[in-house]
Amino acid sequence: MPAPLLSLRGMTKSYGQVRANRGIDLDVAPNSIHAILGENGAGKSTLMKLIYGVEQPDEGQVFWQGQPVRLSSPAEARRHGIGMVFQHFSLFETLTVVENISLIVPGTKPELARRIRALGQDFGLEVDPSAHVHSLSVGERQRVEIIRCLMTEPKLLILDEPTSVLPPQSVGLLFDTLRRLRDTGVSILFISHKLDEIHSICDRATVLRAGQVTGNIDPREHDAHELARMMIGRDMPPPLHADIRPVGEKRLELAGLDHVEDDPFAVSLHGVSLTVHAGEIVGIAGISGNGQAELARLISGETRLADGERDEVRMMDQGVAHLGPAERRALGFAFVPEDRLGRGAVPEMSLADNSLLTAHPLGLLRHGFIDRMKEAEFTAACIKDFDVRTPGPEAEAGALSGGNLQKFIVGREILLRPKLLFVAQPTWGVDIGAATAIRQRLIAMRNEGVAVLVISEELEELFEICDRIQVLHKGRLSPSLDPRTSGPEEIGRYMIGANVPASEVA
Amino acid sequence: MNGIEFILANMLAAATPFLLAALGELVVERSGVLNLGIEGIMALGAVIAFIIVYHGGSHAVAFLGAGFAGACLSLIFGVLALGFRANQVAVGLAIGILGQGLSALIGNSYEALTVTGLSKITLPGLSSIPVIGGLFTQDAIVWLSLVATLAVWGMFRFTRLGLVIRAVGENPKAAHAIGYPVIALRYGAILFGGAMAGLAGAYAATVYTPLWADGMIAGRGWIALALVVFGTWMTGRVFFGALLFGAVSLGGLAAQAQAVPLNSQLLSSLPYIVTIVVLGIISSNRRLLKINGVASLGEPYER
Repeated sequence: MPAPLLSLRGMTKSYGQVRANRGIDLDVAPNSIHAILGENGAGKSTLMKLIYGVEQPDEGQVFWQGQPVRLSSPAEARRHGIGMVFQHFSLFETLTVVENISLIVPGTKPELARRIRALGQDFGLEVDPSAHVHSLSVGERQRVEIIRCLMTEPKLLILDEPTSVLPPQSVGLLFDTLRRLRDTGVSILFISHKLDEIHSICDRATVLRAGQVTGNIDPREHDAHELARMMIGRDMPPPLHADIRPVGEKRLELAGLDHVEDDPFAVSLHGVSLTVHAGEIVGIAGISGNGQAELARLISGETRLADGERDEVRMMDQGVAHLGPAERRALGFAFVPEDRLGRGAVPEMSLADNSLLTAHPLGLLRHGFIDRMKEAEFTAACIKDFDVRTPGPEAEAGALSGGNLQKFIVGREILLRPKLLFVAQPTWGVDIGAATAIRQRLIAMRNEGVAVLVISEELEELFEICDRIQVLHKGRLSPSLDPRTSGPEEIGRYMIGANVPASEVA
Repeated sequence: MNGIEFILANMLAAATPFLLAALGELVVERSGVLNLGIEGIMALGAVIAFIIVYHGGSHAVAFLGAGFAGACLSLIFGVLALGFRANQVAVGLAIGILGQGLSALIGNSYEALTVTGLSKITLPGLSSIPVIGGLFTQDAIVWLSLVATLAVWGMFRFTRLGLVIRAVGENPKAAHAIGYPVIALRYGAILFGGAMAGLAGAYAATVYTPLWADGMIAGRGWIALALVVFGTWMTGRVFFGALLFGAVSLGGLAAQAQAVPLNSQLLSSLPYIVTIVVLGIISSNRRLLKINGVASLGEPYER
C-alpha cells in the first residue's frame, strides 16, 4: 500500500454516556474509494465529523499526508483539501445554487456559474446555477453539494450515505462520477450500510460496529454474508416475503385528490388515487421531498380540507377529509409519523406519558383524570411485547435509541388495534434487528386483516413487505405495481418520472 | 405652510429614529437573533447623547457616545443570549427594562432640560422648489440614515457578508459545518443593532425633539421592531414602513393644527392603528413570510 493520504490513530469520541467512537484506526490510500461500513448508530457519522473538523475528538491523532494535524474546524479541514457531502444537506434553501456555492468558493457569481456548468458537464452533475435551492429535488440538491465540494478541489471527498436519496438509476450515475473522480486523483470516503454498493464501487472497506473497527478488508474478496457478520455481529436476518392472501373491504380511499398548499416550499399533489384494503400492505415508494410529507398530513388529518371536500379522503367508508386527527383515530385509524422526536413522541416526557397521547381511549382515563395504574400497565405491556430496551415506563422518550423508540411508537399504535395503520418511514435510522422486528409486526397486522399503508424511501423494505407498491414523484402517484412481478428498475423509472403516470394518461 | 408641505418637510426626520433602530434590528434578526431590548437601548442612547450635548459636546461626539453605549448594552444581551444560550425573548425584555431604568437614573437631574438641535442643510436649488422643497432641507443625520439604508440594502444584495448573515440566520448548523463562525457573526450583528438603536435614541433626544424627559422614547423601539416584520425582513420595505409611519404620525399633528374635528387621542393613536392593520395584512401572506422570513429566528444555537 502506498503512503496513506489520511491516517487516524485511536480516535475516541463520547457524547455523555454514549461512546460513539472508541479507539478507531483508519488509513485511506491516495486514489481510492474507501468504504466505511456500519449499521445506523455504529459511529460512522461521528467519525466523519471528526475528520471534517465539525467535532473534536476526545482522544486520538489525525495524520494528513504523513503529517500530524489538528482539524479544529471545517474551514481548517477544507484548507487541507478535505471536502464533505452531508447526508442531511447543508444547503441554504432561500439562496440560489450559485450563492450557496459562493459561500465556500471564492470568485464572482458569473464566473462561478460558468464553472458550475462546466463541472456539471464533465461529471454528469447538471444543475441550473441560478435556481433557488428550495425549488430543487433532493437528487439535484445532492448534485449541488457534490459540485460545491469539487469546486474546492479536494484531495479527499467524504460522502455520507449518498445513495439514500437516489433512485436506482441515479446510483449508477453517481458511481460513474465517483470512479471518474478517483481516476483524476481524488480519494473518496464512502459511508454506507448497503452491502451491494460497497461491493460494486469500493477498493477498501473499514467496518464499524458499536463504535469500534471490526474489519479492515478488500470488499471484493468477501461476500455479503461475511460483510454482514462483521457489521452486525451475526448473520443477516432472512427476508420475510408474506404469502398472497385475499383482501377485504376498502379502508382508505383517495380518488384523484388534488391539493395545493399555501407554503411555497411544499409540494402540490395532483390526481393522487390510492386505495388500501383490509388485509394488505400498500407501499408508497419515492425519493422524499416528492410530496410524501404533504400526502401524509392529508391522510393523518394534520391537514384538514373544507367541509364540502370531505369525500376527498375516505376511511372505513366515510368521508373524513374535513376531520382532525383525533376524530380519524376514533374511526380506527392509527398513524406513526416519520419523525419520532417531536411528532411520534414527546422527547421530554416519560414513555408512560407518551403512551397516553394516543392510547387514552383504552381506559387510561377515568372521568377525565389519568389512571396511572392503567397507564403503567399499558406502557409495560408495550415495552414487553415489542422488545423495547429501556429501564422502564418512566424512562424519558428522548433518551431511547432511535430503534427502541420506534419500536415503542409502532407498538403503541398497534396495541390500539386499528383498522387502518399508516406508518411513514418505519425503519429510518433504526438498526437491522429492530427494523426486522418492526417489519414482522406489520406483516402480522396485515395477516390479521388490518389495512396497512407504508411510506418508505427504502425500496428493499417495500419489496420485502408490500402487496402493492405505488410511486410518488413530483406530487403524482403512479399506478399500483406488484412487487412480485415488477423489478426495482421499473419502480426506479417511476421514481425519476420516466414513466408517464396514469393520472396524466387519463 | 399647509398640511402637505408640513408632512413632506418633516416626515424624513420623523422617520429617522424608527429607520435607524429598524435597520439595526433588521441585521440582528437576519442573523437569527431576536433582540427585544431596542426600546431600552434607544432610551440609554438618548440620555447619553443628551448629556453630552448639554455639557457642550458636539453632536458628532454625542452620537458616537450613544452608539457606543447602545453597543455596550447590547453586548450584555449578546453574552446572555449567545454565551449562555438564554431565552432570547426573556433576555431581550430584561435588557429593555434595564436600559429604561438606567436612562431614568442617569437622566434624573436633566429632566425637562433642553438643548439646541442640529441645523438643517439647505440644498441650493432643490430646497427652494415650491411644496416639495422642504423634503430636501434636512439635517445631516437624516442624510446619513438614508446612506445607511442604502448600505444595508447593498450589503444584503451584493456582498459576501450579507450572504453569510442570511445563511447563518437560515441554518446556523449548516453555516458552522461549512466553516462560518456563527457565534462571532451574531455578536457582530447584535453590536451593530445596539449601536444603531443608540443612534436612533440620540436622534430622538438631541435633534428631533431636543429635550430630555424620562420615557421620551415612548414606544418608538417597539414600533421599530414591528417595522422589521412589517417589512418582511427586506430593507426597502422597512424603509418605506418607517416613512409611512413618520408621515402618518405627522398627519395626526397636521390635522390637529388645522383643527380637524376629530378626537386628538384618536389622531395620535392613528400611526399605531395603521401599524397593526398593515402588520395584520402582511402576516396573512404566508408565502412572503416563508420566503423572506428568518428560519432560525430566536432559537438558541448549540453546536
